[in-house]
Amino acid sequence: MNWKRAGIAALAAVPIIALFAWGFTKDPNAIPSPLPGRAAPDFSLPVFSPGQPPMTLPVGDTVRLASLRGQVVVLNFWASWCLSCRDEHRTLSQFAKRYAGKPVHFLGVLYNDRTAPALQWIEEMGGQEYPSVNDPDAHTAINYGLYGVPETYFIDGNGRVAYKQTGPVTDAILTREVDSLMAALPPSARTGGSADSAAAGLAPGTKGLQ
Amino acid sequence: MTGLLAHDALMVSVVVVLVGAVLGSLGIRGGRADWVQIAFGTVYANFVLVSLATGAMIYALVTHDFSISYVAQVGSRETPLFYTVISLWGALEGSILFWAWVLGAYSTAVVWLNRKRAGNLVPWASVTLLVVALFFAILLVGPANPFKPVFPVPADGPGPNPLLQNHILMAVHPPLLYLGYVGMTVPFAFAVGAMFSGEVASDDWIRITRPYLMVAWGFLSAAIIAGMWWSYEVLGWGGYWAWDPVENASFMPWLVATAFLHSAMVQERRGMLKLWNLNLMVGTFVLTILGTFLTRSGILSSVHAFTEGPIGYYFLVFIAIVLVAALVMVAGVSDKLHTTGHFDSPTSRETAFLLNNLFLTAFMFTVLVGTLYPLLAEALRGVKVSVGEPFFNKMTLPLIVSLLFLMGVGPALPWGSATKAEMKAKLLPPFSAAAVMAAIALAVGARNPYAVLAYAFVGYAAFANLREYWIGMKARHAAHGESWPVALARLVGGNRRRYGGYVAHLGVLLVALGIAASESFRAEREATLAPGQTITVAGHTARLKEVWGREEPQRAVIGATMEVVQNGKVVATADPRMNFYPTQSAPVPTPQVISSIGGDLYFNLMAFDQNGSHATVKLIVQPLVPWIWFGGGVVVLGAIIGIFPKRRRRTAPAAVRHPVPAVAVPLPSEGEA
Repeated sequence: MNWKRAGIAALAAVPIIALFAWGFTKDPNAIPSPLPGRAAPDFSLPVFSPGQPPMTLPVGDTVRLASLRGQVVVLNFWASWCLSCRDEHRTLSQFAKRYAGKPVHFLGVLYNDRTAPALQWIEEMGGQEYPSVNDPDAHTAINYGLYGVPETYFIDGNGRVAYKQTGPVTDAILTREVDSLMAALPPSARTGGSADSAAAGLAPGTKGLQ
Repeated sequence: MTGLLAHDALMVSVVVVLVGAVLGSLGIRGGRADWVQIAFGTVYANFVLVSLATGAMIYALVTHDFSISYVAQVGSRETPLFYTVISLWGALEGSILFWAWVLGAYSTAVVWLNRKRAGNLVPWASVTLLVVALFFAILLVGPANPFKPVFPVPADGPGPNPLLQNHILMAVHPPLLYLGYVGMTVPFAFAVGAMFSGEVASDDWIRITRPYLMVAWGFLSAAIIAGMWWSYEVLGWGGYWAWDPVENASFMPWLVATAFLHSAMVQERRGMLKLWNLNLMVGTFVLTILGTFLTRSGILSSVHAFTEGPIGYYFLVFIAIVLVAALVMVAGVSDKLHTTGHFDSPTSRETAFLLNNLFLTAFMFTVLVGTLYPLLAEALRGVKVSVGEPFFNKMTLPLIVSLLFLMGVGPALPWGSATKAEMKAKLLPPFSAAAVMAAIALAVGARNPYAVLAYAFVGYAAFANLREYWIGMKARHAAHGESWPVALARLVGGNRRRYGGYVAHLGVLLVALGIAASESFRAEREATLAPGQTITVAGHTARLKEVWGREEPQRAVIGATMEVVQNGKVVATADPRMNFYPTQSAPVPTPQVISSIGGDLYFNLMAFDQNGSHATVKLIVQPLVPWIWFGGGVVVLGAIIGIFPKRRRRTAPAAVRHPVPAVAVPLPSEGEA
C-alpha cells in the first residue's frame, strides 16, 4: 500500500465533495418570487367550505380579497391530493382558532381539485377552522405564480404580499409573520378593530364579502 | 399491515447486510471460511428480504392501500392498473426500493455463480456488494422509507406524475436504466475485490465480471436510447436529447464503461493499461452514484429532479466515502500494477484503442464539466448560469467525429504492429465509402463541416466494420465450403466478443446517422388551422380534420385529427393531443409521430379553440429519426452477442497473444490490502 499516493488521492476528492456540500445550501429551482412587497393579486372566489364559528362564511358567497383590506390575510393554497397539505393542516387550523377575534383572516384556496373530495378531506382531517374558496380554473393560482401546493401567502393591511411560504407552514412561521403584520396595522385596526373586524370579515353582507 | 411487515423485512435486511459485511471481512482476514460462507448467505438473504418488500409494495399499489405513504403519494384509484404497477419506480422512495431489489438480484447471481472460486477475490467482492446494499437498505428504513404509515388513511391519491403515465416507454426506460446503473456495481465490486485480495495484477476480475458488465452496458445503452425516445414521444419539443443534467448523468458512466470494454481487451491481450482499467471501472461506478445523487438530491435543476429531502445528505456522505475510498485504494495499489507488455508500434489496434479511450474520457470530462459548471459558477462567482446545447455541441462534436473515424480504424488494424503495406490495404479502401457519404451529404444540402465529416466517417467506419465480416465469411466460405449464412453464423459464434463488438459499432453508426440527419435537416412550422385547412413543411402536407374532446376517468383529452395528404389522397392520420390531469395546472402535451424509414412527421397540438373551430398545430419534419431507435436496438443486439465469452480454442493460440502469468507480481500475504 502506497500511503503517500493514497493520501494525495484522498485530498483530490475534497474539492468535489466540498462543492456538492455547498450545493446543498442552494435551491437550484429557487426563482425568487417577485410578489413580496407588491400588491397581492385580487380575486373573487366562491366559498365551498364554510369553516367553523366564529370564522364561518356561507357556502356560495363570494370572497373578494380587496374587501379584506386593512386586515392581515393568510392565504393557503391546498388540495385533497396533496400529502404535505395534511402535514400543515392541524398547525394552520389550530393557529387560526387561537387567533380568532384578532384582525387576521385565514382563507383556504382549493387548487386543481374538485370540491367533493376536498370536503371529504376536511371531514377526515377533523374539520378546517377557517373557510375555503374554490379556484376552479386556477386563475388565482396562476396570478400568484403558484409553484405547487401547499403554498401560503401573508398579506399585510395594505394588500401587499409580505411573505410567501412554499411548502408546509410551521407554527413558528405563522406566529412570526402574523404577529409582525398585525403589529404594523394602524392602531385603529389593531385595538378597536379586533372584535369589529372579526365580525366584519365573518358575517355575511359586511365588508369582507360581496 | 403490509406496510409494517415490509418495513420489518427492510429493517432485518439492514441487520443482515451489516452482519454479512462485517463477518465477511473478518472472516477473510482471519481465514475463517465458514464466516465467508455466512457472508455469501447474507447476500442471498438480503435479496429475499428486499424481494418481499418490493412484492409488498406492488401489492399495496395494486390494492390501493393508501395507508402506505408511497401509495398515497403516487397511487390513484383512477389510474389504469398497468401504470399503477409501474409507478413502483415513478417517485423517489419506490425507485430506491426497486434499485435495492435489482442490486440484490445481481449480487445474488454473481456470488452464487462464483462461490466456489478459490482465493479472496469473490469474498471481498461480496463484502463490497454488501456495503453498497447496506447504503440502500439504510435509505429504505430512513429518509426514503416508502412504507411510512399515513393516518387518517386518504380515500384516494393524486396518481403518478402525468408525464410518467403518458407513454408506454415509461414502463421501459427506468427499469432499463436501473438494470444498467446497478449492474455497474458488480464489476466495481470485483475491482475492489481484486485490490483487497491482492489479485489486482491478474485479469481474473475482468474476466469474471465481463458478462455482467456487458449486461449492464447493454441495459444502459438501451436505457439511454429509450430515454431519448420517451423524451421525443412525450415532451413535445421534437427533440430527443437536451444535455439535461440527468441525461448527462446516464451518459457519463456509459462513456467510461465503453472505454473500459475496449481497454480491457488491451489488458487481456497485451498486459497493459491495468491501472487505467481499474480507474475506469471505479470511475464508472462513481459516476452511476453521482448520477443518482444528482437526480435524487435536487442539487441541480433538471426536468428529472425528484423532490428534495434529507436523502441528499445521505447520498453526499455515501459519495464522499465511495470517492475517497476508491481513490485511496487505486492510488494505494498503483505500485503493484506493473505493465507486462508494451506498445510495439503506433500503428496497431492497441493504439486505436488508446485513442478511443482518450476521446471517450475527454468526452466524459466535457460532459461532467458542463453538468457541474452551473454549481461551480454559483459557488465561485455567485451567479446563476445554465450550460446548454451550444457548449456541449461545440465541445463534443470534434470528439464525436474523431470517435466515428476510430471506429473504422480500430477493427482494421492488427494487434501488435502493422506494416506500411497492411496499413494501406486496410485503411485506404474505406475512404471510398467516406467520399460517397460526404458527396451525398453535400448534394442534399449539408453545409456544416462537422455534419459532413460525421456522414463521411459513418461511411468509413461502416465500410471497415462490414469488411471484417466479409473477410471472415469469405475465408470460411473458401476454406470449409460453408454457405454464406452458415459462414456468418459460425464466424460470429467463433468469436462472439469481437463480432458482437462490430455489430454494436454498426448500431452506433446508425444512431450517429440518425442524429446527424435529423439535426441538420430538421424543418418545422406552426400554424393555426380551421378544419379543412392545411399546413405544408418540407414538401409534406397535412390537413386539420377536426378538433375533438373526451373525458377519461383519470384525465380529460383534447385532440386534433390531422390527415397527411399526398396527391389529394389521405395517406395517414395523426391525433396529437393535450391531456388534462386534475393535479396539474398545465396540460400535458401528447405529440403524435408518423414514422417511415425516411424519417418522421412529428405533430404537436399547441393550442385549440374551445368550440373546436381552430387548432394550432406544429409540424416538424425530421429525417432518419427512426434510425436512432433501430440503431439502439442493433447496439443492444451487439451486446447480447458479446455477452458470451470467446469459445476457447486450445489448439490454436491467437497470433500475437502474449500470455500474462496469472500472478504477475509477488502477492502480499493473505488479507493484506
